[in-house]
Amino acid sequence: MGVDDKSKRRFLVASTSVVGAVGVGFAVWPFLASLKPSAKTQAAGAPVEADISQLEDGQQMTVEWRGKPVWIVKRTEKILADLKSDPLIAKLSDPDSSVTDQQPAYAQNPNRSIKAEYLVVIGICTHLGCSPTYVKENDPHDLGSDWVGGFFCPCHGSFFDLAGRVFSGVPAPTNLVVPPHTYLSDTRILVGIDQDKGAA
Amino acid sequence: MRRLILAFILLVPGITLASSGGVELQQAGNDISDRASLQAGAKLFVNYCMGCHSANYVRYQRVGQDLGLSDDDLTENLMFSSEKVGETMSIAMDKYDAERWFGVTPPDLSVIARARGTDWLYTYMLSFYLDSSRPWGVNNLVFKDVGMPHVMWDQQGWQKLVHTTDEHGHEKAELVLVNEADKDKAEQYKKDMRNLANFLEYMGEPAKLQRESLGWKVILFLVIFLGFAYALKKEYWRDVH
Amino acid sequence: MSKILTDSLEWIDARYPLSKMWNEHLAQYYAPKNFNVWYYFGSLALMVLVMQIFTGIFLAVNYKPDAALAFASVEYIMRDVEYGWLIRYMHAIGASFFFLIVYLHMFRALIYGSYRKPRELLWIIGVFIYLCLMAESFFGYLLPWGQMSYWGAQVIISLFGAIPYVGEDLAVWVRGDFVIGDATLNRFFVYHVVLMPIILLALAVVHIIALHEVGSNNPDGIEIKKNKDPKTGIPKDGIPFHPYYTVKDIVGIAVFLIIFSVVVFYAPEMGGYFLEKNNFLPADPMTTPEHIEPLWYFTPFYAILRAVPDKFFGVMGMGGAIVVLFFLPWLDRSPVKSIRYKGWIFKSALALFVISFFGLGYLGMQTVTPTTTLFAQIFSVIYFAFFLLMPWYSKWDETKPEPERVTD
Repeated sequence: MGVDDKSKRRFLVASTSVVGAVGVGFAVWPFLASLKPSAKTQAAGAPVEADISQLEDGQQMTVEWRGKPVWIVKRTEKILADLKSDPLIAKLSDPDSSVTDQQPAYAQNPNRSIKAEYLVVIGICTHLGCSPTYVKENDPHDLGSDWVGGFFCPCHGSFFDLAGRVFSGVPAPTNLVVPPHTYLSDTRILVGIDQDKGAA
Repeated sequence: MRRLILAFILLVPGITLASSGGVELQQAGNDISDRASLQAGAKLFVNYCMGCHSANYVRYQRVGQDLGLSDDDLTENLMFSSEKVGETMSIAMDKYDAERWFGVTPPDLSVIARARGTDWLYTYMLSFYLDSSRPWGVNNLVFKDVGMPHVMWDQQGWQKLVHTTDEHGHEKAELVLVNEADKDKAEQYKKDMRNLANFLEYMGEPAKLQRESLGWKVILFLVIFLGFAYALKKEYWRDVH
Repeated sequence: MSKILTDSLEWIDARYPLSKMWNEHLAQYYAPKNFNVWYYFGSLALMVLVMQIFTGIFLAVNYKPDAALAFASVEYIMRDVEYGWLIRYMHAIGASFFFLIVYLHMFRALIYGSYRKPRELLWIIGVFIYLCLMAESFFGYLLPWGQMSYWGAQVIISLFGAIPYVGEDLAVWVRGDFVIGDATLNRFFVYHVVLMPIILLALAVVHIIALHEVGSNNPDGIEIKKNKDPKTGIPKDGIPFHPYYTVKDIVGIAVFLIIFSVVVFYAPEMGGYFLEKNNFLPADPMTTPEHIEPLWYFTPFYAILRAVPDKFFGVMGMGGAIVVLFFLPWLDRSPVKSIRYKGWIFKSALALFVISFFGLGYLGMQTVTPTTTLFAQIFSVIYFAFFLLMPWYSKWDETKPEPERVTD
């Protein structure tokens, strides 16, 4: 076998392998795509509406969006004032919501909400996915005398304030996620659609 | 030997046709790439069939995508206002009521075209005739003693069954319009039923269009691969020969 | 770079026989150089087995083995799951192609005498694979929970009822219910996705080990190991499997995939042969379809079953048609292996056998009439005669002398 033959062989082995590998790449795609959320799942994950007309001061309600709990809390003037207080802010890991993935741009403000009164947040701890508990300031608790109300995750002991901001020195790395949402009216919130896209 | 085998493969004839009560089926002659026809069929399906029949595996949104209808088109033309586009084409009729009214639960029609065949469905819709012995006053030539009434009788006009004898002396059952004046109406009805059958066929396998457009690309790629593989094999086998 | 590679290989070889296995099964496995087109089907069968397992895993991800949900979950895969239709068609059509390939592979063994000494065990393992494949396909066919799934399983499981005394109880035990029901579906799902694939994979490995122990037969039916190069000990008519047959089999796989794609993309139902019309109707325990027939690859045996006008002996006939295959290595008494050197008696017998097999396959799809029953009986007799009379006619046959070396 001459030198020419060898290089021809090498070329054919390489080209056939490349074409074959491309083919395998194409063939794998449908299988991976089949694992994505199906049309049924996506339909089930459609935006959900929440009626907040019955919500009282300090009260929390939960709606299900894409299988996750979404909390809506009506915050009082006192709570909103506490959120701005220096002792609380000193304890937070990201008080200014600088991690942009955790909320839409329109909720990147001190209250982390569209309307200061209402907190809309996904009730899933950013540590390992447990659902934290809402503990009000006046609820019986052993979270210290300076507790002004917030969320406590019983799984691994993370704390969040009533804007969903995470405390520093706890396992959870980031603030709770604010889902895309929009106000259909003063008393109806649509969770799952961004403010600018939805009909206001 | 090889030729012998080939001959036998060719000899095995087609599978027996779905039961059609011995009636020759009419060709639907539909085309699932004809969107206007599919849209017309979808409208007929929603307005007439979905009173009793569901299509529980079919999502409005998918129908919209495949037929070129926007979500607004869907909500305006095909759906009740309370439904969401992601929902399936299900109906609220109670199963027990249905059985009381029709003797059987009207079947879900999602895959009916694959079970019955499009031509059968087309012929079935054209083959209702007056029969006073039946609860709904109609019978069907391809589906004897069917429990379904002729929902679209006013689109087609009533037909009756007549027995004629052809020149060879064979008796033949034929459907003729009761009222000759309905002739134009009946012609339009045939076109409508072609659209409806078309939509039913689409609904039976929504992936069909996707499958046919993807297929030739895959095959073309494989042919190119075969070219490389064959050249490689030839090169190596020069050592052997 | 190459130093790292050789060092790593050495490290592995000291702990696992990687190079040894590579050489034994590929680079230094010497296969006869005169393989023809019939010899593609072994590697194709292996490829289809892998494809079936792969597509099956992705189907099982979305399938629900529950009588109330199964039919809908298949339609869900066909519609709501992205590319679900492709995966499902590949699997369902792949099953038909699997049988087509296996039948051709078995026919190859039949014409070139690949079942003869020293390959008797190789053949027997192969027949076991075929049996398991039938079981695998049977369990799998219930899963779409259509009318044919339901009534096909009903008919086949009722065959157990033919066994004297314990038959009926056995059938109930197999079903886990008095009729085919949710319990049956659930257990068949487990058999289909866990039990049978494990057995099939294991048998495929054993089949290949057995093959590589005795060496491949070839269209001349002579042993290439009898003619070894005195210096190297390599058969003179042998060539290393890798690269020669690997590159050749890749060509075979490419051709197969083209044919397969034409069916998957342009004729998935294959006129009702690969996907039966009645199976698009959900299972209904109250209504039997007018016409029940198994999928095409079972119809020859189904025809034998129906040809015998007695439940017990019908089942025995059907079972016997497969069991007789196990004895083939000892039924053939011809001095030569390959059809190339056999005489007119064997060739005529084989032709009659092929006609009968296709005839039975055809009749198994038809509704029963006295004429079809008569033909099915004639074909069944020929089918069994081909095997049971073989010890005699293969001995009487006038054979040609085998060559010393393989011919091209």
